[in-house]
This record gives sequence, C-alpha cells and structure tokens, in this order.
Amino acid sequence: MKARVFVTLKPSVFDPQGHTIVEALHSLGYGRVADVRQGKFFEIDVDAATPAEAETLAAEVADRVLANPVIESFRIEVAPPAGARP
Amino acid sequence: MKFGVVVFPGSNCDHDAYHAAKHVLGQKAEFIWHKETSLAGSDVVVLPGGFSHGDYLRTGAIARFSPVMRAVREFADSGGPVLGICNGFQILLECGLLPGAMLRNRDLKFHCEFVGVRVERTDTPFTELCTLGQVLQIPIAHGEGNYFAPPDVLKDLQDSGRVVFRYANAQGETTDEANPNGSLDNIAGICSEGRNVVGLMPHPERACEPVVGSKDGLVVFESVVHALSSRGALEAASR
Repeated sequence: MKARVFVTLKPSVFDPQGHTIVEALHSLGYGRVADVRQGKFFEIDVDAATPAEAETLAAEVADRVLANPVIESFRIEVAPPAGARP
Repeated sequence: MKFGVVVFPGSNCDHDAYHAAKHVLGQKAEFIWHKETSLAGSDVVVLPGGFSHGDYLRTGAIARFSPVMRAVREFADSGGPVLGICNGFQILLECGLLPGAMLRNRDLKFHCEFVGVRVERTDTPFTELCTLGQVLQIPIAHGEGNYFAPPDVLKDLQDSGRVVFRYANAQGETTDEANPNGSLDNIAGICSEGRNVVGLMPHPERACEPVVGSKDGLVVFESVVHALSSRGALEAASR
C-alpha cells in the first residue's frame, strides 16, 4: 500500500528557500503569489492490511526519521489499494 | 590521553581533527569507523565535520543511526567529553544529545570563511583554558548552520548558561553583521546539561597552526587535555 508523506517546516520556522522562491516569482510578475513554503515529499510502499494500519506505520516512520519534529511537521495521505472501489 | 575520531561515510574533517590531536598536541588519536560498536578506550570523542551520508534527508539525520552512536551516547551519558564540529554538531542535534536543529543559512549560501567566535562559557571541558569573552578567529564551512530552537528551549539554554560560543566581530560585539548564517541569538555552539557534550559549527581543528592562518582553535583541544588531566589527577589523589 502506498503512503504519501508531506514534510514542511513548521509555520513558526522561517523558510529561507520558500522566501527566495516567492521573491523570484514576484520578480517574474506573479504578484498574486503571496507566499511559498518548500517541503519534502516521500512516497513509501508499506506492507499493511488496511489503510489505517498503513497510516499508523507511515506516521511512526515520519516522526522518527523523515521529519525532524523540532522544525518540521508532516501530513500523511494513504492511497486506496489498487482495485479498491471508491 | 586518547582522542577517538569517529569516521562516517562522507566525513571530511576527520583527518584535521586527528592531526590536531596527534601531531599538534602530541596526544594519542584513533579513527573509529561508524560501524564499530565501541569507542576503543577513547578518553575524548570527536564527531568531525563533513557530509555524513551525503547529507541525505537532513544533515546528520542518517548518521545518528550508525552503530557507533549507541556507544557515543553511553560515553556522553557517563560524563565523557564529546565534541561535535560542524556536521558532528548537526549529528548531535539530530540524535538529541543536544537540543535544537539547523536550518539552511538565511542567505542560502555556503559560507566558507574565517569568523569571530566569542567564548561565552569557560565551564566546559572544551573551553576551560579560554578567557571569558575571548574572540577566536576560526573558520566556518557550512550551508546549514542557522541554529534554531523553539522559544522555550532557547530560553532554557540561555538561562542555564549552555550557550558556549556566539558569532561576534573583532571587538567582541555579537552584531547581526557578525552572524554569518542567521543563527538565533548569534549561537555558534552549545553544550549539554552535563556540560560534557559540546557542539559548534566553526572548525577549531582547522585553525591549530599559524601556517593555516590561525591557531585560535587549538585552545579547544588543549582545554580538554587539561580538563582530563586535572580530572585524572583528582581521581589519583582521592585513591
């Protein structure tokens, strides 16, 4: 089962990369882009029987390794198994 | 006295630390591969600078899972002096031996230059021969040395006197201009609650001989030799 993990800097932490990107966008004329936050995206394939189990496992991995809880937070999406009816 | 210099895949200041300990100070020194599970009887452990595991994921994030780190943690917990330099500091942050985290430098540039580093505390084994407020001229070389800690952690560090080094100008003023990377409160180095684990971004091991432009970093290594010698003398006297 595929779990997607999105890791971003916490809102309270300054993101120098996002800041630089938004400045570049403004110089290109995209004045309507108010802010950019850069993050990381992981797609992990887990051996789990249910989406809930996959999410629990992904959350544990994200908390222990993929994200640094001091500066980052994460969000998880579990894709429905192939062939599953929506 | 034996310095154990841990070598991770991607460490590149391991030889500098070894050289400072062995050839400049005349102490014993040994490289310890990160797969080892013991510290080979080291009296001081150095986690050197570099790009362990290619800085993949985050700086120091993979190195903290190396087998040797369990031994480093036990050594630190039992009061052994541990010095984390640059990437070594980042590893200490990732493994939780020191609090906080590193962000990209605020200007997103890799800084490789001499900076002023003011000694804020002389009550650690790595600074006890320094003079309080002394400004060391030592180099930095990092892209992610922008020290961050949540407000409560930062306050605790300040209140408990655990900020050991701050970036400062030649006059010893901790101005924003003297801050090369945007670190909170100009923090260049901190220590653990027990004061035996010290991490700093500047490279004292690269400034131990006049031929490389400065020997201001040598006092860090001399301090720990002094600290352990006096500790040994005390232990001998109490026997």
